[in-house]
Amino acid sequence: MIERWHHRYAALVAACTVLLIAAGGMVTSTDSGLSVPDWPTTYGWNMFTFPLSKWVGGIRYEHSHRLIASTVGFLTIILAIWTWKVEPRAWVRKLGFAALGAVILQGLLGGLTVLLFLPPAVSVGHAGLAQIFFCLTLTLAIVTSPGWKNAVQPVDDPTLRRIAALTTALVYTQILIGATMRHNNAGLAIPDFPFAFGHVIPPVWNAKVAIHFAHRVGAMAVTIAILATSSHVLYHHRRRRDLVRPAVLLVAFVCVQIALGAFVIWSGKDPVINTAHVVNGAAVLGTSLVLTLRAFRAGFERAVQPIRTPIAPPVAAQGARS
Amino acid sequence: MFRTHKVLGVALAVALAAACGGSGESGKSASSARKPAPDAKKVDPATAATIKGKVLWEGKEPANPVIKMGSDPACGTGELHAETYVVDQGGLKNVFVYVKDGLGNKWLFDPPTDAATIDQKSCHYVPHVVGVRAGSPLEVINSDATLHNVHGMPKENREFNQGQPLQGMSHKVTFENPEVLIPFKCDVHSWMNAYVGVVDHPYFAVSGAGGAFELRGLPPGTYTIEAVHEKLGRQTQSVTLGEKDSKELTFSFKMP
Repeated sequence: MIERWHHRYAALVAACTVLLIAAGGMVTSTDSGLSVPDWPTTYGWNMFTFPLSKWVGGIRYEHSHRLIASTVGFLTIILAIWTWKVEPRAWVRKLGFAALGAVILQGLLGGLTVLLFLPPAVSVGHAGLAQIFFCLTLTLAIVTSPGWKNAVQPVDDPTLRRIAALTTALVYTQILIGATMRHNNAGLAIPDFPFAFGHVIPPVWNAKVAIHFAHRVGAMAVTIAILATSSHVLYHHRRRRDLVRPAVLLVAFVCVQIALGAFVIWSGKDPVINTAHVVNGAAVLGTSLVLTLRAFRAGFERAVQPIRTPIAPPVAAQGARS
Repeated sequence: MFRTHKVLGVALAVALAAACGGSGESGKSASSARKPAPDAKKVDPATAATIKGKVLWEGKEPANPVIKMGSDPACGTGELHAETYVVDQGGLKNVFVYVKDGLGNKWLFDPPTDAATIDQKSCHYVPHVVGVRAGSPLEVINSDATLHNVHGMPKENREFNQGQPLQGMSHKVTFENPEVLIPFKCDVHSWMNAYVGVVDHPYFAVSGAGGAFELRGLPPGTYTIEAVHEKLGRQTQSVTLGEKDSKELTFSFKMP
């Protein structure tokens, strides 16, 4: 029973991390990152006692982000300790503390980027680590789930493992390119969509146009990888609900993501649409990670046995279509 | 708790600023303001010349968008327009005009007697453009019953971001290096912006009513005069002044 609550709690922390990413997205989208010039204080107040009446303008976004981040940090401390107490698998216990380390580092990067006036390198690092932290909490939620622990006949398909892992890596790289674009104010460096200055290839080039165009090319690469992975799942493992669900979701999320990307341009970077694009990007990454973890499920058990529930022999890679 | 937070913040800032090579100050430390030659002398008022002029606006008067200030009720309910293009009687206001070149290092200038100030009133900067001497303080005041952050974003001077959470607060900022123009913004109220021209001599002005400006007390010589607008860029003209001369200059800006 306690294990089930532990899993639910890990899922809650992962969900709160999505909320935190949304709050961070609003900070960047509304250009409010420096609306609170000091850190860790807020205009000299302890951040937890900053008067509500002073939450005006950009402060609403920046200060909310800090408070949600503090809450997620606190939740992560509990998650790490709880995992350490109840989890028999050493690697999962370590994962709990890795998440704690990541959230602490993330907080420091957030403070640092404010104190240094948002240098792109630090801000991109902050955005990139946010996704890593999200992946860590999501992984904790997945590997503590009953479905993972009690898995019968986990799939053992080397091709799926390769393309799923490649897709997840591509999505993460694409998020980093997007963060670089956002924090270098290059979101509208190419002002039209689907063309670029009316052409397929931009006729003018500078650093901002290059990073913006790289994000568009990255979107195509990610879409192809997702379609390949999802097609593979639907063709070879169509009766595996644990694989089909994330595969279908992944296609849905990437379609929404492309549409949101287009609307970011057409709306002139509307903050809400911009933030939705960031959050949906995290959803694409998270879903791809879930599919990847499940593709590697059999390998996990070979490498990290034992866990409590006996596992049936994995299904052979060849002829896995069912 | 409060003190621990501060110590933590300062320690982190120092450690990482050192690691990043002090990026917070844009790598600018030594002043590039001109240093007078050993035989430099004061300008003789009896021979000093004057430049009077106008900054004209060509074409249709541009519309400045209405600013929505609903995100902070303390900013008031009055209708506020952006101050990017303020055309008055055919002249363009808020253009910074100064002697860009020609003074050399042969003149000594008295320090300014009046402090330059920028006030934050009803959530906009007053004035929108101001000039200040390099090394002299610019006082930034918060007259609003709300909080502001004053974020200066120079390229040749140290960047800063100062919070002013209470009405009546003020602080002074000094720029060591000449720089025209330095953008100021408030990140709390995204519409608030101002521009500061920093020069190392007293010959600067901001165009006012009808686009008029005046540069007084110039020693005789040949000068490059530059007019700088926040969006429309820079224009220069050369002028030669004799003793007690009074010359007229006209700059003309239009939408690109």
